[in-house]
Amino acid sequence: MTGPLLEARHVTKRYGAMTALSDLSMTIDAERPAITAVVGESGSGKTTLARIILGLTPPSAGTVFYRGQDMARLSGTQKRAFRRDVQAVFQDPYEVYNPFYRVDHVLTTPVKKFGLASSRAEARTMIEGALRAVGLRPEEILGRFPHQLSGGQRQRIMVARAVLMKPKLIVADEPVSMVDASLRATILGSLRKLTDEMGISIIYITHDLATAYQVSDNILVMYRACIAEAGEVERVVKHPQHPYTQLLISSIPKVSIARDWLDDEGEQKLAAIPSPDGCRFLERCPVAMARCAASLPPLYRTEAHRAAACYQYADSPELPAGTLNEVLVTGQEHVGA
Amino acid sequence: MSAILAVPILQVRGLRVEFAHPLGAVHAVDDVSFTLEANERLGLAGESGSGKSTMALAILRMIKPPGRIVGGRVTLDGVELSALDHEGMRRLRLAGIAMVPQGSMNSLNPVMRIKAQLADAFRDHGVQLSSADLDARIAELLSTVGLRAEVANLYPHELSGGMKQRACIAIAICLRPKVIIADEPTSALDVVVQRQVMETLARVQRALGCAIILVGHDMGLMAQFVDRLGVMYAGRLVEVAPIGEIITRPRHPYTQALISSLPSLEARGTMQGIPGLAPLLRDLPPGCAFHPRCARAEARCRAEKPAVRDLGPGQQAACHFA
Repeated sequence: MTGPLLEARHVTKRYGAMTALSDLSMTIDAERPAITAVVGESGSGKTTLARIILGLTPPSAGTVFYRGQDMARLSGTQKRAFRRDVQAVFQDPYEVYNPFYRVDHVLTTPVKKFGLASSRAEARTMIEGALRAVGLRPEEILGRFPHQLSGGQRQRIMVARAVLMKPKLIVADEPVSMVDASLRATILGSLRKLTDEMGISIIYITHDLATAYQVSDNILVMYRACIAEAGEVERVVKHPQHPYTQLLISSIPKVSIARDWLDDEGEQKLAAIPSPDGCRFLERCPVAMARCAASLPPLYRTEAHRAAACYQYADSPELPAGTLNEVLVTGQEHVGA
Repeated sequence: MSAILAVPILQVRGLRVEFAHPLGAVHAVDDVSFTLEANERLGLAGESGSGKSTMALAILRMIKPPGRIVGGRVTLDGVELSALDHEGMRRLRLAGIAMVPQGSMNSLNPVMRIKAQLADAFRDHGVQLSSADLDARIAELLSTVGLRAEVANLYPHELSGGMKQRACIAIAICLRPKVIIADEPTSALDVVVQRQVMETLARVQRALGCAIILVGHDMGLMAQFVDRLGVMYAGRLVEVAPIGEIITRPRHPYTQALISSLPSLEARGTMQGIPGLAPLLRDLPPGCAFHPRCARAEARCRAEKPAVRDLGPGQQAACHFA
């Protein structure tokens, strides 16, 4: 098998009349490990993207390739390899556990299923190593039942389970939205270590732009099934180009004495109904032009490490489908930047 | 923003909630006292398990077994709630104190149109309205929360998250309550919609002249919305102060830690957690419950539980060093 780890080509997902993901192309290259955050509101298509990458949902149109092979046509051996290479960490650190089993169960099962260890002692060493890699002390974790551990500990066990498989890619869908703010830093910190020290790529799906900024190298901002803006995190957050990204960043409430966040004076705006054609952000956009209503703007490559889907940047070259990867940076490039 | 009239609309004195447990009772709310003034916005912040949602439920006498209220008084506009009978309390909920619950998607009935859910609230509280009057009231309520009149005829699944949360606010205000308790009303929404929903809540508050208790853990949201903030830790209210004081000069180390745990958009890689874990309520450390996680802890903190002390107007903290 050749080619990049994963490639999505013109992937669209529809549920009935609703389009959850619209013509998305992207590549994940295992040789260029990085954390890429996918940020968007609920319904923007970010979880659909995660499920398609994980092979849990087939696309309605377009193809996902795993090492050059159509995901829909993988052989048994290739499927097993895929199930090792690509791991998932989900939102809810409660639902994934069977309350009747000790937490060891979620760690020993993959070791057995994939024959990762040749003896019990080796399995134990591997599991302890994976727990330490995510900042947990094995003696405080093993032998416990899920209810005896905190949400943060449980979520880190799920990351440890992913690490056990020595994956190339972890897709983490809102891994910290259900844990306390005080614990988020630790969990995200352990994800960062996996990329920096073990070369694992991470797709971090979140609605929280601030944690995405803290931990990621790249950001994809999604709005109503499309990518609005993509690029190196520092550029996107400090100098957002797409009006939606600008709105997102200005909407984050800040801990400051200045109370400029609420605008509860004047006329109340009614919730707008989206237009079927044209830019998805049209009815909320302060700089909308006539052409925005006519057709959906493509991604324009506005800078080396940035692309924005907005006609304001129509002077920049269009980003050819499937080359989104060129815009993104790797974790190592980022350290140097 | 809010009129500083020192008229307490809600008074909570020495409120205690216990949960029965085979290893001994757990004090989920431990001797909490505060007042809420008319038109005031009070925030209640803390980690999960700190008792903030339990306290909100206790105010409404909605604690379910094995939990029970074991002490304290809650007074709404001169009426002591513990003295009300079951029916009296049922009538007071929604009409006197309304709740906007966490996760609007789960609190609306999925098989009833929004209109029917609002009509239910009126009928259940004995408000008799003709069909035409009811429709007019519903249209007015929806417009108050920024929803079109057509929304009345829709089912919850036809609405976005923000619209559902606004529909919940419409239900909460339909009987013009004196106090609205909003329990993490925007935790499932993105920041853009969060701002719209909070603006709606602010408008509604002004229109009704009611007070708001906002329960949550986002210090940014608290800083921008509330007048005064209470910080809960392990069932106790460890600090209460005007929001400006809390931000510029937090007196309790836990408040400080909560503020610094908010990820910044200024510098990457600066996000800090609060060291250690929130304690188990049934196995609290001796002395100050926060001492194992506190950088300032000394011998005294391990031995002696700090009392809540007055530090200034409307300002209290439970720390030996405050």
